[in-house]
Amino acid sequence: MTAGPGEARAGRVRLGVRRWRDQAVALGWLVLIWNLLWGEFTWGNLLAGLLMGAAVLVFFPLPSVTFAGRLRPAALLVLAGRFVVELVVASAHIARIAVQPGYVPRSAVIAVPLRVPTDLNLALTAELVSLVPGTLVIEADRATGTLYLHVMDVRGPQDLVANRRRVLTVERRLVRAIGSSAELRRVYEPSADRAPGGPADPGGSTDPADPGGPAGPDPVDPTDKENRP
Amino acid sequence: MLATAADWLGAACLVGGALLALAAGIGVLRFPDVLDRMHAATKPQVLGVLLLLAGLALRLRTPRDLGMVALVAVFQLATAPVAAQMIARAAYRSGRVDRSLLDADELADR
Repeated sequence: MTAGPGEARAGRVRLGVRRWRDQAVALGWLVLIWNLLWGEFTWGNLLAGLLMGAAVLVFFPLPSVTFAGRLRPAALLVLAGRFVVELVVASAHIARIAVQPGYVPRSAVIAVPLRVPTDLNLALTAELVSLVPGTLVIEADRATGTLYLHVMDVRGPQDLVANRRRVLTVERRLVRAIGSSAELRRVYEPSADRAPGGPADPGGSTDPADPGGPAGPDPVDPTDKENRP
Repeated sequence: MLATAADWLGAACLVGGALLALAAGIGVLRFPDVLDRMHAATKPQVLGVLLLLAGLALRLRTPRDLGMVALVAVFQLATAPVAAQMIARAAYRSGRVDRSLLDADELADR
């Protein structure tokens, strides 16, 4: 540890500020939902929403999510647009094989290691992949950032490869929309580079070789590049 | 004029959503095992429900209802994958998987 006590205190304060800001954002969303549930925006609903939101945040605390990236509206639009297209195409596909007489689809369970194995990315990728018909998340391994998917209507090995690539494409679009620049670099590396046992945690908090201690994703990147051919 | 167009578009959305729900029901009946059925039970449902909600919004057109419709859509999208994953995981762990239908199982090697 090279950081002095003053620096450590400043870091703690910064973390506290970020945590309060996250809580305030969550409270804002809860108030909005409360008002939508009542169907109208009134001062009474606003006040009741604030009370309810505060109660929810106090009595059902969730582990804080580290959001290190930033929102990119254009990429977010691409993400949403492609998602709708995939949703429609895949829904039609599943609906067709559901009514096709005498057809018994074959399926497979595949493992897809994500390139950005943070909690947020794992959860959002799993959600997006899982909403599209034909793929079902069975298991999510948080430690390695791996999604285990059940894929429907497999007609050969090429379908397994295609589905793996599709999940990684969804991840890339997601990171482009909300990821940090370090995460973006990871996503644009060739996909075969993340060998099992490789650098799995971009936060670096559990890595004993990381001298900086818990830090953002940036300090890990140089070591990543050394590991790569 | 605009109201008529919205009515017709809403009606088309409602019919489309209902057809997808029908296909999902047939899939639940016909697909061979739990995991395959989960695809039918949760997925055409996503687009089906979204279409139904879009149809509803186009017919109702009052801000009060639009807020509620938006909430239903958000909660549907947020919760459907979670429910599907819980059932799929339970089915897999308790061995209710027809292995003769699987081409590969990379979770078994873990």
